[in-house]
Amino acid sequence: MTFDINLVPDGGMSWLDASGPDGNIVLSTRVRLARNLDDQPFTVRSGSEDNQVVLDQVERASRASRQLHDAPLIRIDHLQANERQLLHERHLISRELAELGDDGKVRTAAALLTDGSVGMMVNEEDHVRLQCLKSGFSLEEAYSDLERLDADMGAQLAFAFHEEFGYLTSCPTNAGTGLRASVLIHLPGLVLTKEIAKVLQGLSQVGLTFRGLYGEGSEVVGNFFQLSNQTTLGKSEGELLEHLGDMVRKVIEYEQQARHVLQRDAPTVIADKVWRAYGLLKYARSLSFEETMNLLSGVRLGVGLNLISDISVYTLNKLLIFAQPAHLAMSEGRELGDSELAVVRAAYTRQLLEEEATR
Amino acid sequence: MQCDQCGERPAAVHLTQIVNDSVTTVHLCEKCAAEKGVQTGATVAKFPLSDFLASMGKGASTQLPMGDDAAECQSCGGTLQDFRDSGRLGCPECYRAFASHLRDLLRRLHGSSQHVGELYTGSHRAVDEVAPTVADLRDQLRRAVETENFELAADLRDRIRVIE
Repeated sequence: MTFDINLVPDGGMSWLDASGPDGNIVLSTRVRLARNLDDQPFTVRSGSEDNQVVLDQVERASRASRQLHDAPLIRIDHLQANERQLLHERHLISRELAELGDDGKVRTAAALLTDGSVGMMVNEEDHVRLQCLKSGFSLEEAYSDLERLDADMGAQLAFAFHEEFGYLTSCPTNAGTGLRASVLIHLPGLVLTKEIAKVLQGLSQVGLTFRGLYGEGSEVVGNFFQLSNQTTLGKSEGELLEHLGDMVRKVIEYEQQARHVLQRDAPTVIADKVWRAYGLLKYARSLSFEETMNLLSGVRLGVGLNLISDISVYTLNKLLIFAQPAHLAMSEGRELGDSELAVVRAAYTRQLLEEEATR
Repeated sequence: MQCDQCGERPAAVHLTQIVNDSVTTVHLCEKCAAEKGVQTGATVAKFPLSDFLASMGKGASTQLPMGDDAAECQSCGGTLQDFRDSGRLGCPECYRAFASHLRDLLRRLHGSSQHVGELYTGSHRAVDEVAPTVADLRDQLRRAVETENFELAADLRDRIRVIE
Protein backbone atom coordinates (compact mmCIF):
# COMPACT_ATOMS: atom_id res chain seq x y z
CA MET A 1 0.00 0.00 0.00
CA THR A 2 1.25 3.42 -0.89
CA PHE A 3 -1.09 5.22 1.40
CA ASP A 4 -1.18 5.43 5.16
CA ILE A 5 -4.65 5.54 6.67
CA ASN A 6 -3.03 6.70 9.92
CA LEU A 7 -2.61 10.11 8.31
CA VAL A 8 -6.29 10.63 9.04
CA PRO A 9 -6.77 11.67 12.68
CA ASP A 10 -8.32 8.71 14.60
CA GLY A 11 -8.30 6.89 11.29
CA GLY A 12 -11.57 8.76 10.73
CA MET A 13 -13.28 6.39 13.14
CA SER A 14 -14.21 8.43 16.19
CA TRP A 15 -17.85 7.92 15.14
CA LEU A 16 -17.45 4.22 15.95
CA ASP A 17 -16.91 4.62 19.66
CA ALA A 18 -20.60 4.22 20.57
CA SER A 19 -20.32 7.18 22.94
CA GLY A 20 -23.07 9.23 21.27
CA PRO A 21 -26.73 9.50 22.32
CA ASP A 22 -28.75 6.29 21.75
CA GLY A 23 -25.48 4.63 20.69
CA ASN A 24 -26.99 1.21 21.15
CA ILE A 25 -29.63 1.72 18.42
CA VAL A 26 -28.17 4.59 16.40
CA LEU A 27 -24.67 3.85 15.15
CA SER A 28 -23.86 7.22 13.64
CA THR A 29 -25.18 10.51 12.28
CA ARG A 30 -23.96 12.08 9.08
CA VAL A 31 -24.79 15.50 7.67
CA ARG A 32 -23.49 16.79 4.38
CA LEU A 33 -23.80 20.02 2.41
CA ALA A 34 -23.39 20.07 -1.38
CA ARG A 35 -21.62 23.14 -2.76
CA ASN A 36 -20.30 24.16 -6.17
CA LEU A 37 -18.03 26.89 -7.47
CA ASP A 38 -20.02 29.31 -9.60
CA ASP A 39 -17.53 29.66 -12.44
CA GLN A 40 -16.82 25.99 -13.07
CA PRO A 41 -18.79 23.33 -14.91
CA PHE A 42 -20.23 20.55 -12.73
CA THR A 43 -18.12 17.39 -12.64
CA VAL A 44 -20.41 15.65 -15.16
CA ARG A 45 -19.14 18.10 -17.84
CA SER A 46 -15.74 19.03 -16.46
CA GLY A 47 -12.32 18.08 -17.80
CA SER A 48 -9.15 17.25 -15.88
CA GLU A 49 -8.01 20.86 -15.88
CA ASP A 50 -11.34 22.10 -14.50
CA ASN A 51 -11.13 19.53 -11.73
CA GLN A 52 -7.62 20.64 -10.85
CA VAL A 53 -8.77 24.26 -10.65
CA VAL A 54 -11.57 23.21 -8.30
CA LEU A 55 -9.21 21.22 -6.09
CA ASP A 56 -6.64 24.05 -5.94
CA GLN A 57 -9.28 26.59 -4.95
CA VAL A 58 -10.88 24.32 -2.38
CA GLU A 59 -7.56 23.35 -0.85
CA ARG A 60 -6.47 26.97 -0.58
CA ALA A 61 -9.77 27.90 1.08
CA SER A 62 -9.54 24.97 3.49
CA ARG A 63 -6.16 26.21 4.74
CA ALA A 64 -7.88 29.40 5.91
CA SER A 65 -10.68 27.49 7.67
CA ARG A 66 -10.80 26.89 11.39
CA GLN A 67 -11.38 23.16 11.18
CA LEU A 68 -9.34 21.99 8.21
CA HIS A 69 -6.33 24.31 8.18
CA ASP A 70 -3.89 21.46 8.60
CA ALA A 71 -6.04 18.48 7.64
CA PRO A 72 -4.31 15.95 5.38
CA LEU A 73 -5.36 16.02 1.75
CA ILE A 74 -5.73 12.58 0.23
CA ARG A 75 -5.70 12.44 -3.56
CA ILE A 76 -8.21 9.71 -4.31
CA ASP A 77 -7.09 9.60 -7.95
CA HIS A 78 -3.59 8.60 -6.81
CA LEU A 79 -4.81 5.58 -4.85
CA GLN A 80 -5.14 1.92 -5.77
CA ALA A 81 -8.63 0.41 -5.95
CA ASN A 82 -8.16 -1.44 -2.61
CA GLU A 83 -7.08 1.77 -0.88
CA ARG A 84 -10.11 3.61 -2.21
CA GLN A 85 -12.27 0.77 -1.02
CA LEU A 86 -10.73 1.03 2.43
CA LEU A 87 -11.77 4.69 2.69
CA HIS A 88 -15.22 3.80 1.42
CA GLU A 89 -15.57 0.97 3.96
CA ARG A 90 -14.62 3.47 6.63
CA HIS A 91 -17.50 5.68 5.43
CA LEU A 92 -15.06 8.52 4.65
CA ILE A 93 -15.77 8.67 0.93
CA SER A 94 -18.80 7.82 -1.18
CA ARG A 95 -19.00 5.08 -3.72
CA GLU A 96 -19.10 7.72 -6.42
CA LEU A 97 -15.82 9.29 -5.31
CA ALA A 98 -14.16 5.89 -4.87
CA GLU A 99 -15.41 4.85 -8.35
CA LEU A 100 -15.55 1.24 -7.26
CA GLY A 101 -17.13 -1.27 -9.57
CA ASP A 102 -16.63 0.88 -12.67
CA ASP A 103 -13.60 0.45 -14.90
CA GLY A 104 -11.55 1.70 -11.96
CA LYS A 105 -10.86 5.07 -13.53
CA VAL A 106 -11.17 7.76 -10.94
CA ARG A 107 -12.03 11.37 -11.68
CA THR A 108 -8.89 13.53 -11.88
CA ALA A 109 -8.25 15.56 -8.74
CA ALA A 110 -10.84 13.62 -6.73
CA ALA A 111 -9.78 14.22 -3.14
CA LEU A 112 -10.64 13.93 0.52
CA LEU A 113 -9.77 16.48 3.17
CA THR A 114 -10.62 15.42 6.69
CA ASP A 115 -9.72 16.01 10.31
CA GLY A 116 -11.51 12.81 11.32
CA SER A 117 -15.08 13.91 11.97
CA VAL A 118 -15.41 16.98 9.71
CA GLY A 119 -14.22 16.84 6.15
CA MET A 120 -14.79 17.48 2.48
CA MET A 121 -14.98 15.34 -0.62
CA VAL A 122 -13.72 17.28 -3.63
CA ASN A 123 -14.84 16.64 -7.21
CA GLU A 124 -17.58 14.25 -6.23
CA GLU A 125 -20.97 14.67 -7.96
CA ASP A 126 -20.68 18.26 -6.72
CA HIS A 127 -17.43 20.21 -6.49
CA VAL A 128 -17.46 20.07 -2.71
CA ARG A 129 -19.37 17.87 -0.32
CA LEU A 130 -18.82 19.13 3.21
CA GLN A 131 -19.49 16.31 5.64
CA CYS A 132 -19.60 15.58 9.31
CA LEU A 133 -19.86 12.18 10.92
CA LYS A 134 -20.70 11.75 14.61
CA SER A 135 -21.17 8.85 16.96
CA GLY A 136 -24.78 8.05 17.90
CA PHE A 137 -27.84 10.23 17.31
CA SER A 138 -26.31 13.72 17.09
CA LEU A 139 -27.94 15.73 14.31
CA GLU A 140 -27.54 19.14 15.91
CA GLU A 141 -23.89 18.67 16.87
CA ALA A 142 -23.04 17.38 13.41
CA TYR A 143 -24.75 20.31 11.70
CA SER A 144 -23.27 22.95 13.95
CA ASP A 145 -19.74 21.70 13.15
CA LEU A 146 -20.62 21.73 9.48
CA GLU A 147 -22.14 25.20 9.59
CA ARG A 148 -18.82 26.61 10.78
CA LEU A 149 -16.93 24.90 8.00
CA ASP A 150 -19.50 26.10 5.45
CA ALA A 151 -19.15 29.67 6.67
CA ASP A 152 -15.36 29.52 6.47
CA MET A 153 -15.36 27.98 3.01
CA GLY A 154 -18.08 30.35 1.78
CA ALA A 155 -15.99 33.32 2.86
CA GLN A 156 -13.16 32.14 0.62
CA LEU A 157 -14.97 30.59 -2.33
CA ALA A 158 -17.57 31.85 -4.81
CA PHE A 159 -20.33 29.29 -4.34
CA ALA A 160 -23.01 28.90 -6.98
CA PHE A 161 -26.11 30.39 -5.42
CA HIS A 162 -29.43 31.47 -6.91
CA GLU A 163 -31.92 33.76 -5.22
CA GLU A 164 -34.85 31.47 -5.84
CA PHE A 165 -33.27 27.99 -6.08
CA GLY A 166 -30.65 28.43 -3.34
CA TYR A 167 -27.37 26.54 -3.57
CA LEU A 168 -27.07 25.07 -7.04
CA THR A 169 -26.14 21.41 -7.37
CA SER A 170 -25.38 19.07 -10.21
CA CYS A 171 -28.54 17.07 -9.52
CA PRO A 172 -31.71 19.09 -8.80
CA THR A 173 -32.61 16.63 -6.03
CA ASN A 174 -29.94 18.35 -3.88
CA ALA A 175 -30.60 21.99 -4.77
CA GLY A 176 -31.61 24.61 -2.19
CA THR A 177 -29.92 23.82 1.10
CA GLY A 178 -27.77 21.05 -0.38
CA LEU A 179 -28.32 19.37 2.97
CA ARG A 180 -28.67 15.65 3.41
CA ALA A 181 -28.75 14.40 6.98
CA SER A 182 -28.80 10.70 7.67
CA VAL A 183 -28.93 8.54 10.71
CA LEU A 184 -27.56 4.99 10.61
CA ILE A 185 -29.94 3.00 12.76
CA HIS A 186 -30.17 -0.66 13.77
CA LEU A 187 -33.74 -1.99 13.66
CA PRO A 188 -33.75 -5.75 14.31
CA GLY A 189 -36.89 -5.53 16.48
CA LEU A 190 -38.94 -3.98 13.71
CA VAL A 191 -37.55 -6.46 11.17
CA LEU A 192 -38.31 -9.48 13.40
CA THR A 193 -41.85 -8.29 14.16
CA LYS A 194 -42.25 -7.54 10.44
CA GLU A 195 -43.26 -3.97 11.23
CA ILE A 196 -40.38 -2.55 9.25
CA ALA A 197 -42.17 -2.28 5.90
CA LYS A 198 -44.90 -0.21 7.49
CA VAL A 199 -42.40 2.08 9.21
CA LEU A 200 -40.40 2.63 6.03
CA GLN A 201 -43.56 3.28 4.07
CA GLY A 202 -44.67 5.76 6.70
CA LEU A 203 -41.33 7.56 6.46
CA SER A 204 -41.62 7.92 2.71
CA GLN A 205 -44.98 9.57 3.21
CA VAL A 206 -43.44 12.28 5.39
CA GLY A 207 -40.64 13.16 2.99
CA LEU A 208 -37.98 10.88 4.43
CA THR A 209 -36.23 7.99 2.82
CA PHE A 210 -33.93 5.08 3.62
CA ARG A 211 -30.81 3.51 2.21
CA GLY A 212 -28.49 0.65 3.11
CA LEU A 213 -25.32 0.60 5.19
CA TYR A 214 -23.21 2.38 2.59
CA GLY A 215 -25.63 5.08 1.52
CA GLU A 216 -26.96 5.72 -1.94
CA GLY A 217 -27.58 2.63 -4.02
CA SER A 218 -26.56 0.18 -1.31
CA GLU A 219 -28.59 -2.73 -0.01
CA VAL A 220 -29.79 -3.19 3.51
CA VAL A 221 -27.50 -5.59 5.43
CA GLY A 222 -27.47 -6.56 9.08
CA ASN A 223 -30.74 -4.68 9.74
CA PHE A 224 -28.95 -1.34 9.39
CA PHE A 225 -30.92 1.45 7.76
CA GLN A 226 -29.83 4.95 6.87
CA LEU A 227 -32.78 7.26 7.35
CA SER A 228 -32.49 10.66 5.68
CA ASN A 229 -34.36 13.66 4.36
CA GLN A 230 -35.48 13.35 0.77
CA THR A 231 -36.15 17.00 -0.05
CA THR A 232 -33.62 19.79 0.28
CA LEU A 233 -35.51 22.84 -0.98
CA GLY A 234 -38.39 24.90 0.41
CA LYS A 235 -37.48 24.22 4.04
CA SER A 236 -34.70 25.70 6.14
CA GLU A 237 -31.80 23.61 7.38
CA GLY A 238 -33.24 23.77 10.89
CA GLU A 239 -36.66 22.55 9.75
CA LEU A 240 -35.17 19.68 7.75
CA LEU A 241 -33.06 18.55 10.71
CA GLU A 242 -35.89 18.92 13.20
CA HIS A 243 -38.26 16.92 11.03
CA LEU A 244 -35.75 14.11 10.55
CA GLY A 245 -34.88 14.20 14.26
CA ASP A 246 -38.54 13.93 15.31
CA MET A 247 -39.14 11.01 13.00
CA VAL A 248 -35.96 9.19 14.06
CA ARG A 249 -37.01 9.56 17.70
CA LYS A 250 -40.34 7.96 16.77
CA VAL A 251 -38.58 5.12 14.97
CA ILE A 252 -36.36 4.56 18.03
CA GLU A 253 -39.52 4.37 20.15
CA TYR A 254 -41.14 1.87 17.76
CA GLU A 255 -37.96 -0.20 17.80
CA GLN A 256 -37.91 -0.23 21.60
CA GLN A 257 -41.58 -1.15 21.66
CA ALA A 258 -40.97 -4.00 19.19
CA ARG A 259 -38.08 -5.27 21.32
CA HIS A 260 -40.27 -5.13 24.39
CA VAL A 261 -43.00 -7.14 22.66
CA LEU A 262 -40.50 -9.72 21.38
CA GLN A 263 -39.04 -10.20 24.84
CA ARG A 264 -42.44 -10.45 26.47
CA ASP A 265 -44.11 -12.74 23.91
CA ALA A 266 -41.21 -14.78 22.60
CA PRO A 267 -38.33 -14.59 25.12
CA THR A 268 -36.98 -18.07 24.36
CA VAL A 269 -37.00 -17.56 20.60
CA ILE A 270 -35.16 -14.26 20.94
CA ALA A 271 -32.62 -15.56 23.44
CA ASP A 272 -31.96 -18.54 21.17
CA LYS A 273 -31.46 -16.27 18.12
CA VAL A 274 -29.10 -14.01 20.01
CA TRP A 275 -26.96 -16.78 21.54
CA ARG A 276 -26.81 -18.74 18.29
CA ALA A 277 -25.51 -15.61 16.56
CA TYR A 278 -22.92 -15.13 19.30
CA GLY A 279 -21.91 -18.77 19.15
CA LEU A 280 -21.44 -18.72 15.39
CA LEU A 281 -19.39 -15.53 15.48
CA LYS A 282 -17.23 -16.98 18.26
CA TYR A 283 -16.56 -20.38 16.74
CA ALA A 284 -17.16 -20.30 12.98
CA ARG A 285 -14.15 -21.02 10.76
CA SER A 286 -15.49 -19.28 7.65
CA LEU A 287 -17.79 -16.26 7.52
CA SER A 288 -19.13 -14.37 4.52
CA PHE A 289 -19.57 -10.63 4.91
CA GLU A 290 -23.35 -10.79 4.76
CA GLU A 291 -23.52 -13.60 7.32
CA THR A 292 -21.19 -11.67 9.62
CA MET A 293 -23.38 -8.58 9.38
CA ASN A 294 -26.49 -10.60 10.20
CA LEU A 295 -24.83 -12.35 13.13
CA LEU A 296 -23.49 -9.02 14.43
CA SER A 297 -27.05 -7.73 14.26
CA GLY A 298 -28.22 -10.61 16.45
CA VAL A 299 -25.44 -10.04 19.00
CA ARG A 300 -26.05 -6.29 19.00
CA LEU A 301 -29.70 -7.00 19.77
CA GLY A 302 -28.55 -9.30 22.59
CA VAL A 303 -26.40 -6.54 24.07
CA GLY A 304 -29.31 -4.08 23.74
CA LEU A 305 -31.63 -6.49 25.57
CA ASN A 306 -29.00 -7.08 28.30
CA LEU A 307 -28.82 -10.76 27.40
CA ILE A 308 -25.12 -10.48 26.56
CA SER A 309 -22.99 -8.43 28.90
CA ASP A 310 -19.41 -9.44 28.18
CA ILE A 311 -19.13 -7.58 24.90
CA SER A 312 -19.30 -3.86 24.20
CA VAL A 313 -21.12 -2.03 21.44
CA TYR A 314 -17.76 -0.52 20.51
CA THR A 315 -16.36 -3.97 19.73
CA LEU A 316 -19.38 -4.73 17.57
CA ASN A 317 -18.91 -1.43 15.72
CA LYS A 318 -15.26 -2.25 15.22
CA LEU A 319 -16.16 -5.62 13.73
CA LEU A 320 -18.60 -3.91 11.39
CA ILE A 321 -15.69 -1.98 9.88
CA PHE A 322 -12.72 -4.32 10.23
CA ALA A 323 -14.49 -7.43 8.93
CA GLN A 324 -14.89 -5.77 5.53
CA PRO A 325 -12.78 -7.02 2.60
CA ALA A 326 -10.33 -4.10 2.18
CA HIS A 327 -9.75 -3.92 5.93
CA LEU A 328 -9.01 -7.65 6.17
CA ALA A 329 -6.69 -7.39 3.17
CA MET A 330 -4.89 -4.49 4.85
CA SER A 331 -4.40 -6.39 8.10
CA GLU A 332 -3.07 -9.41 6.17
CA GLY A 333 -0.92 -7.17 4.01
CA ARG A 334 -2.01 -8.83 0.76
CA GLU A 335 -4.97 -9.35 -1.55
CA LEU A 336 -7.38 -12.11 -0.58
CA GLY A 337 -9.72 -14.27 -2.66
CA ASP A 338 -13.34 -14.77 -1.56
CA SER A 339 -12.89 -18.10 0.21
CA GLU A 340 -9.68 -16.92 1.86
CA LEU A 341 -11.43 -13.73 2.94
CA ALA A 342 -14.15 -15.73 4.69
CA VAL A 343 -11.53 -17.72 6.63
CA VAL A 344 -9.53 -14.63 7.58
CA ARG A 345 -12.73 -12.86 8.60
CA ALA A 346 -13.76 -15.71 10.89
CA ALA A 347 -10.28 -15.80 12.47
CA TYR A 348 -10.27 -12.03 13.01
CA THR A 349 -13.75 -12.11 14.54
CA ARG A 350 -12.82 -14.96 16.90
CA GLN A 351 -9.69 -13.20 18.01
CA LEU A 352 -11.45 -9.91 18.70
CA LEU A 353 -14.23 -11.60 20.68
CA GLU A 354 -11.72 -13.64 22.69
CA GLU A 355 -9.71 -10.54 23.54
CA GLU A 356 -12.86 -8.81 24.67
CA ALA A 357 -13.99 -11.77 26.83
CA THR A 358 -10.64 -11.99 28.66
CA ARG A 359 -10.48 -8.27 29.31
CA MET B 1 -52.61 -23.25 5.18
CA GLN B 2 -55.65 -21.52 3.70
CA CYS B 3 -56.14 -17.77 3.39
CA ASP B 4 -57.86 -16.24 6.47
CA GLN B 5 -59.77 -13.87 4.24
CA CYS B 6 -61.26 -15.95 1.43
CA GLY B 7 -60.61 -19.45 2.83
CA GLU B 8 -60.13 -20.68 -0.74
CA ARG B 9 -56.59 -20.09 -1.88
CA PRO B 10 -53.41 -21.10 -0.01
CA ALA B 11 -51.94 -18.40 2.22
CA ALA B 12 -48.77 -16.86 0.79
CA VAL B 13 -48.40 -13.72 2.89
CA HIS B 14 -48.09 -13.94 6.67
CA LEU B 15 -48.70 -10.57 8.15
CA THR B 16 -47.60 -10.02 11.73
CA GLN B 17 -48.89 -6.85 13.30
CA ILE B 18 -48.52 -5.21 16.65
CA VAL B 19 -51.88 -3.87 17.74
CA ASN B 20 -52.21 -2.47 21.25
CA ASP B 21 -48.96 -4.11 22.31
CA SER B 22 -49.97 -7.62 21.27
CA VAL B 23 -48.84 -9.58 18.26
CA THR B 24 -51.44 -10.83 15.80
CA THR B 25 -50.68 -12.83 12.69
CA VAL B 26 -52.92 -12.89 9.64
CA HIS B 27 -52.38 -15.38 6.80
CA LEU B 28 -53.48 -14.19 3.40
CA CYS B 29 -53.33 -15.42 -0.17
CA GLU B 30 -51.59 -13.15 -2.65
CA LYS B 31 -54.86 -11.89 -4.11
CA CYS B 32 -56.40 -10.92 -0.77
CA ALA B 33 -53.09 -9.43 0.38
CA ALA B 34 -52.95 -7.26 -2.71
CA GLU B 35 -56.56 -6.21 -2.18
CA LYS B 36 -55.72 -5.18 1.36
CA GLY B 37 -52.80 -3.17 0.04
CA VAL B 38 -50.24 -5.23 1.94
CA GLN B 39 -46.67 -4.77 0.78
CA THR B 40 -44.25 -7.41 1.93
CA GLY B 41 -41.09 -6.49 3.80
CA ALA B 42 -38.94 -7.82 1.00
CA THR B 43 -40.44 -5.62 -1.68
CA VAL B 44 -40.14 -2.51 0.43
CA ALA B 45 -36.72 -3.14 1.97
CA LYS B 46 -35.06 -4.04 -1.32
CA PHE B 47 -36.45 -1.04 -3.12
CA PRO B 48 -33.29 0.92 -3.83
CA LEU B 49 -33.77 4.55 -3.14
CA SER B 50 -31.27 5.81 -5.64
CA ASP B 51 -33.32 4.23 -8.42
CA PHE B 52 -36.35 5.95 -7.05
CA LEU B 53 -34.62 9.31 -6.94
CA ALA B 54 -33.18 8.72 -10.37
CA SER B 55 -36.61 7.84 -11.69
CA MET B 56 -38.04 10.93 -10.01
CA GLY B 57 -35.47 13.07 -11.73
CA LYS B 58 -35.79 11.18 -14.97
CA GLY B 59 -39.53 10.82 -14.84
CA ALA B 60 -39.86 14.50 -14.33
CA SER B 61 -37.35 15.40 -16.98
CA THR B 62 -38.98 13.10 -19.52
CA GLN B 63 -42.10 15.16 -19.03
CA LEU B 64 -40.28 18.19 -20.34
CA PRO B 65 -41.66 19.46 -23.64
CA MET B 66 -39.93 17.69 -26.50
CA GLY B 67 -39.40 20.80 -28.60
CA ASP B 68 -36.92 22.25 -26.12
CA ASP B 69 -34.44 19.40 -26.20
CA ALA B 70 -31.97 21.35 -28.27
CA ALA B 71 -32.05 24.47 -26.10
CA GLU B 72 -28.49 25.01 -25.01
CA CYS B 73 -26.91 26.50 -21.93
CA GLN B 74 -24.73 29.35 -23.17
CA SER B 75 -22.12 28.66 -20.55
CA CYS B 76 -21.43 24.91 -20.78
CA GLY B 77 -23.27 23.91 -23.95
CA GLY B 78 -25.37 21.36 -22.06
CA THR B 79 -28.90 20.71 -23.38
CA LEU B 80 -32.14 19.54 -21.82
CA GLN B 81 -31.60 16.29 -23.67
CA ASP B 82 -28.27 15.87 -21.85
CA PHE B 83 -30.04 16.49 -18.57
CA ARG B 84 -32.75 13.99 -19.50
CA ASP B 85 -30.07 11.37 -20.25
CA SER B 86 -27.82 11.86 -17.22
CA GLY B 87 -30.14 13.41 -14.62
CA ARG B 88 -27.37 15.94 -13.98
CA LEU B 89 -27.01 19.54 -15.07
CA GLY B 90 -23.85 20.78 -16.75
CA CYS B 91 -23.04 23.90 -14.76
CA PRO B 92 -24.58 26.44 -12.37
CA GLU B 93 -25.68 28.61 -15.34
CA CYS B 94 -27.93 25.75 -16.53
CA TYR B 95 -30.29 26.72 -13.70
CA ARG B 96 -30.73 30.09 -15.41
CA ALA B 97 -30.84 28.73 -18.96
CA PHE B 98 -33.55 26.19 -18.12
CA ALA B 99 -35.13 28.14 -15.26
CA SER B 100 -38.77 27.57 -16.15
CA HIS B 101 -38.33 23.82 -16.70
CA LEU B 102 -36.30 23.46 -13.55
CA ARG B 103 -38.79 25.45 -11.53
CA ASP B 104 -41.48 22.91 -12.42
CA LEU B 105 -39.17 20.01 -11.75
CA LEU B 106 -38.01 21.39 -8.40
CA ARG B 107 -41.62 21.91 -7.35
CA ARG B 108 -42.39 18.29 -8.17
CA LEU B 109 -39.26 17.02 -6.40
CA HIS B 110 -39.32 19.21 -3.30
CA GLY B 111 -42.83 20.64 -3.19
CA SER B 112 -41.37 24.12 -3.66
CA SER B 113 -38.82 25.94 -5.77
CA GLN B 114 -38.19 28.75 -3.28
CA HIS B 115 -35.07 28.41 -1.13
CA VAL B 116 -35.73 29.47 2.45
CA GLY B 117 -32.54 28.16 4.05
CA GLU B 118 -29.20 29.82 4.73
CA LEU B 119 -28.34 32.62 2.36
CA TYR B 120 -24.95 32.61 0.78
CA THR B 121 -23.08 35.48 2.32
CA GLY B 122 -19.62 34.88 0.95
CA SER B 123 -17.55 37.82 -0.16
CA HIS B 124 -18.12 36.72 -3.74
CA ARG B 125 -21.12 37.63 -5.81
CA ALA B 126 -23.84 35.04 -6.21
CA VAL B 127 -24.82 33.85 -9.69
CA ASP B 128 -28.03 35.79 -9.77
CA GLU B 129 -26.40 39.04 -8.77
CA VAL B 130 -24.35 39.13 -11.94
CA ALA B 131 -27.20 40.82 -13.76
CA PRO B 132 -27.12 40.44 -17.53
CA THR B 133 -27.62 43.61 -19.52
CA VAL B 134 -30.71 44.19 -21.65
CA ALA B 135 -28.49 43.72 -24.70
CA ASP B 136 -27.45 40.26 -23.39
CA LEU B 137 -31.06 39.34 -22.82
CA ARG B 138 -32.12 40.56 -26.28
CA ASP B 139 -29.35 38.46 -27.75
CA GLN B 140 -30.55 35.42 -25.80
CA LEU B 141 -34.14 36.17 -26.84
CA ARG B 142 -33.17 36.26 -30.52
CA ARG B 143 -31.44 32.88 -30.20
CA ALA B 144 -34.38 31.44 -28.29
CA VAL B 145 -36.79 32.49 -31.05
CA GLU B 146 -34.45 31.12 -33.73
CA THR B 147 -34.31 27.75 -31.98
CA GLU B 148 -38.09 27.88 -31.43
CA ASN B 149 -37.59 27.72 -27.67
CA PHE B 150 -40.70 29.75 -27.00
CA GLU B 151 -40.95 29.10 -23.31
CA LEU B 152 -37.46 30.48 -22.74
CA ALA B 153 -38.27 33.34 -25.11
CA ALA B 154 -41.35 34.26 -23.06
CA ASP B 155 -39.24 34.17 -19.90
CA LEU B 156 -36.62 36.43 -21.44
CA ARG B 157 -39.24 38.82 -22.80
CA ASP B 158 -40.70 39.18 -19.29
CA ARG B 159 -37.29 39.82 -17.80
CA ILE B 160 -36.50 42.50 -20.40
CA ARG B 161 -39.83 44.18 -19.63
CA VAL B 162 -39.05 44.21 -15.90
CA ILE B 163 -35.66 45.82 -16.49
CA GLU B 164 -37.02 48.38 -18.92
